Amino acid sequence: MRQRTTSGIVRPSGPGAVLLRGLLFAVLALFCLYYLVPLFVMISTSLKSLEEIRAGTFLSPPRAVTFEAWGKAWNAACVGVRCDGLEPYVWNSVLMTVPAVAISTILGALNGYALTKWRFPGADIIFALILFGAFIPFQVILLPMARTLGQLGLAGTVPGLILVHTVYGLAFTTLFFRNFFVGVSDGIMQAAKVDGAGFFGIFFGIVLPMSLPAIVVTVIWQFTQIWNDFLFGVAFTVGDSNPVTVALNNVVNTSTGVKEYNVDMAAAIIAGLPTLLVYVVAGAYFVRGLSAGAVKG
Amino acid sequence: MAEGIRLQSVRKFFGANEVIKGIDLEIEPGEFVVLVGPSGCGKSTLLNLIAGLETLSGGDVFIGDEKVNTHPPRDRDIAMVFQSYALYPTKTVRQNITFGMETRRIPKARQEEAVTEFTRLLQIDRLLDRKPGQLSGGQRQRVAMGRALVRNPAVFLFDEPLSNLDAKLRIEMRTEIKKLHQRLGKTVVYVTHDQIEAMTLATRIAVMDNGHIRQVADPGTIYENPADLFVAGFMGSPPMNMIRGRLLRDGGLRVAPDGDEDGLLFPLPEDEAERIAAPEGHKVVLGLRPETIFAAGTELPGPDRYIFERRVEVVEPTGPDTMIVFQIGGQDGIARVRPEDARATGTPFSFEVDMGKAKLFDAATGKRL
Repeated sequence: MRQRTTSGIVRPSGPGAVLLRGLLFAVLALFCLYYLVPLFVMISTSLKSLEEIRAGTFLSPPRAVTFEAWGKAWNAACVGVRCDGLEPYVWNSVLMTVPAVAISTILGALNGYALTKWRFPGADIIFALILFGAFIPFQVILLPMARTLGQLGLAGTVPGLILVHTVYGLAFTTLFFRNFFVGVSDGIMQAAKVDGAGFFGIFFGIVLPMSLPAIVVTVIWQFTQIWNDFLFGVAFTVGDSNPVTVALNNVVNTSTGVKEYNVDMAAAIIAGLPTLLVYVVAGAYFVRGLSAGAVKG
Repeated sequence: MAEGIRLQSVRKFFGANEVIKGIDLEIEPGEFVVLVGPSGCGKSTLLNLIAGLETLSGGDVFIGDEKVNTHPPRDRDIAMVFQSYALYPTKTVRQNITFGMETRRIPKARQEEAVTEFTRLLQIDRLLDRKPGQLSGGQRQRVAMGRALVRNPAVFLFDEPLSNLDAKLRIEMRTEIKKLHQRLGKTVVYVTHDQIEAMTLATRIAVMDNGHIRQVADPGTIYENPADLFVAGFMGSPPMNMIRGRLLRDGGLRVAPDGDEDGLLFPLPEDEAERIAAPEGHKVVLGLRPETIFAAGTELPGPDRYIFERRVEVVEPTGPDTMIVFQIGGQDGIARVRPEDARATGTPFSFEVDMGKAKLFDAATGKRL
């Protein structure tokens, strides 16, 4: 509910200023174009038929729009030897991403809350150790994690992948929430304690409802990371339990038959669409939460 | 039920730093005790120790007859109002007020009764469905008080509740807090750095400095009979004039200000002279409140008056009174005169001081003589 506090800062005027301004917008427009052209190519290619792709150029818009390639990518494209399209793998990804995001976000919130509002000896050291997890290159843990999953009987399964993503997401989710809660006044905590609430009473009753911006940022971050992950997906799942990123790779990198660019493009967009959707839905919060965290962290 | 509070040699360390240095204080049921002192004197820490928001390093805290050293805040039958109000931002006013009763599982009907009663009393009954962000500072303050009141605790703790309000609202709320106390008769411990708040609200004031309590007494005594230079200097605005000097015994008892070359000798009343045993030449500080120095001849004559002439250095009108700054042997003094008696800067001025209200302190120890 912020009001604008200025109605316009005085700017220099005159032909020089106008020229500079024009130049500025021209450069910005160029950058936009550079950024958006690949997206345009993907969408337009996915809407063309194979004949049109062979006949026309990469950049030309589709003459006859067809959703055939999208249909094929969804339920008929061949992933390895199985030709059911991306659909089952999208569901794999959903089944993996939703619980992994939810669990890592809730645990991160609890961690951040305990680390800032229920200070205990060594809290800073523990936070530093958790933070260290954010800097571990994930290739390093592939082998030990594969062994761990094997011992747990989760090798090659979606629950196994959920566990991996939850564990490695904790570093970031804890960081986000810790930085948010540092800015929450201790007076509120004291008031709640005097009001008789305990650790979880304050967490669920007071603190969690306040942290909506942090939750949104964390959910977007985790969703993007986990949905787009390829490394863990390819390393810890097999065939039918592959997430969509791995399946997409298998569609595109198939070495048999004709290269169906339109299907490849449609498949890639399908695989990327959910993260785009999350961004758009929660975009406003994303920016707000990031800047709030930056000031208070 | 109002309960008393008893503190016995209470200590608190933060690391190696001792912030509360052994405090004993007994607060009767229904009293309004104000802890006052400069920033960092430990007054808020002491309040937090009573509330259980800090852990004792030593000593005992009793609320009523119960020793509460190890009780968490929720088991102490207290309610607290914070400087920042500390309202729950995502809850409505009603939810803010009932949160404490919810956690204590008080029946809905009882909650409703309490909300109705106290929000009417505080005139916030129309704001029940708003969020704290939509309230003004004064309204937030009232909600914070409402949240404390509905719990009907034995003891109220206030931590500088008025310092975030503007001057006008502060005076209004001050009166209201006093009315509430008179009406409810609960024990109140109130922390402030504002000596006027302390004077107006308290039944007893505890002046704190550097982890110690310097003096505990009713406001009149604190003002008229300060135990030492710190208390004398802290209470009163403008502050008490502190004129360093030496004792002279020539029949009566007089104070010769240091650095004075005009032969000023402030005579002390006879009963003081008999009571004070310090020898001639003893280093003292003469405490004169600004309002006991006025333009000569403007008050009804009385005993123990002393008239002296000084040049007007600075004139500071405040409206009802005008402050005149003068110098005695290089030390600044302030007199509080009627506006019509004020004279221009640089002109000589005849001051009259009521020595019956003068206070004499030992310069070395700061203690009252």
